[in-house]
Amino acid sequence: MTEPILRVTNLRATVAGQQVVEDVTFDVPATGVTAVLGRNGVGKTSTLKALLGLYARTGEVTLAGERIDRLSTDRIVRRGVGYVPEDREVFAGLTVAENLRLAERDAAPRRELVADLFPDLVRRSAQRAGTLSGGQQQMVSLARALLNDNRLLLVDEPTKGLAPKIVGQVATALAEAAATAPVLLVEQNLEVIERLATTVVVIDAGRVVHTGDAAELLDDPDRIQRLLGVHTSENAA
Amino acid sequence: MSTIVLLLITGLGLGALYFLVASGLSLIYGLMGVLNFAHGSFLTLGAFAGWEVARRLGADSWGVFGLALVVGAAVGAAFAALTELLLVRRLYERHIEQVLVTVGLALATVALFEGTWGSDPEFIEGPAWLRGTTDVAGAPVPNDRFLAIGAAVLVLIGIVLFLRYTRFGLIIRAGVENRAMVTALGIDVRKAFTLVFAVGGAAAGLGGVLASQYFGYVSPHLGAQLLIFAFIVTVIGGLGSLTGAAVAAVLVAVLQQFANYYWGYGDLVVVLLLALVLLVRPSGLLGRRA
Repeated sequence: MTEPILRVTNLRATVAGQQVVEDVTFDVPATGVTAVLGRNGVGKTSTLKALLGLYARTGEVTLAGERIDRLSTDRIVRRGVGYVPEDREVFAGLTVAENLRLAERDAAPRRELVADLFPDLVRRSAQRAGTLSGGQQQMVSLARALLNDNRLLLVDEPTKGLAPKIVGQVATALAEAAATAPVLLVEQNLEVIERLATTVVVIDAGRVVHTGDAAELLDDPDRIQRLLGVHTSENAA
Repeated sequence: MSTIVLLLITGLGLGALYFLVASGLSLIYGLMGVLNFAHGSFLTLGAFAGWEVARRLGADSWGVFGLALVVGAAVGAAFAALTELLLVRRLYERHIEQVLVTVGLALATVALFEGTWGSDPEFIEGPAWLRGTTDVAGAPVPNDRFLAIGAAVLVLIGIVLFLRYTRFGLIIRAGVENRAMVTALGIDVRKAFTLVFAVGGAAAGLGGVLASQYFGYVSPHLGAQLLIFAFIVTVIGGLGSLTGAAVAAVLVAVLQQFANYYWGYGDLVVVLLLALVLLVRPSGLLGRRA
């Protein structure tokens, strides 16, 4: 079995003195999409932010065997970790082109790939990002990460609040991204999970309660109901 | 009419000085959330550095005056960069400690300046043209006002071009919006912090040399004297907004000059304006709404 790209051991995180990640341990395989699942507020986004050093954390995190849990956020990212945050977090006052230029950290950024995936962004390069629709902002957010050659992509709820048609485009872009680098994906939409994920990590109350094969979990409606509190079309029927 | 012209241009000159201090304050707060109470010390040290250059090399020469401006700006930039590197950098996200350290630095440097140059004002000289006046619509306007206005306009244009067309400028504009996301793109935003302090310090140091011409003296309290109004300008303009600082600097200084001349309550009018803006538009004239 190949070494995982990311190994997370006993990760704990706090925000303003409040524990938001209790004790999380899991591996991210070196290929494919690993989905982080769980009910609202269980600590999925906090786990990603703690991995990236955006929240104060303890525990051990290794990227391809190298400890990164004591590094600052910018140094972790420069080691090849791309990040697509929840709620896009584009720079509203900057143009689309400026948002993308700011994100370029490689000597040869993959502008052509981004232009192929998101032709709309090329047409809107001079437009302020704050004036884009939610879906277009999500494309800017994804494009910022895909411009660089990543060893791992952390993607947080990329389809949240988007129209079904845009969800499909985002999922396609993520599938393209997953072909170039492993992805750790926080996502609520089970259809997107079904399409993209190979492995799942389920978090509840700040702890990992299940890890395993994505298809296996998605084929078990009772377990999905128990772990995630959602009805799939199968168990609803 | 001539009185109004005189008050207006004098107000613009004073506004130029306020802007030179407030531009740095506003950028530093906008990017780092630091209320820098030591900013007046950058101005005072720049003013003394310029005065030392003029005193040693000959105050009446334009070449020496130009050198004094450059040295004042450089000394202000160096002092500001060192302040960020040695003191403020350790205190990001610790706002109470930032205030305590920068207030402490301001008090300590005033004492240091008094120990070095004495507590009395040192009256200064400069090129003869600066001591003269120019007739504008019948009003004899002191020439140093034009110099302050010209310098502030050049600084404003320079900072705008820097912010718009350089990578550091791009990082600073993005950092003012969302500092955490800038670091999440792999950018070491601390370099931008130091640079912003240096740019703010350079503007303040330049302002120090020009302020000593405007007031006719340099003293250890020159920075503190301007800092309070620069803070008011920064808040009225909108914390983090360079254009807001420029607009507010003109508004505050012109209003202050007119109120001082006609009623003798210029400072009170400025404070009332601050209160009005905070009540009606708490984010300032051009600041981002919370």
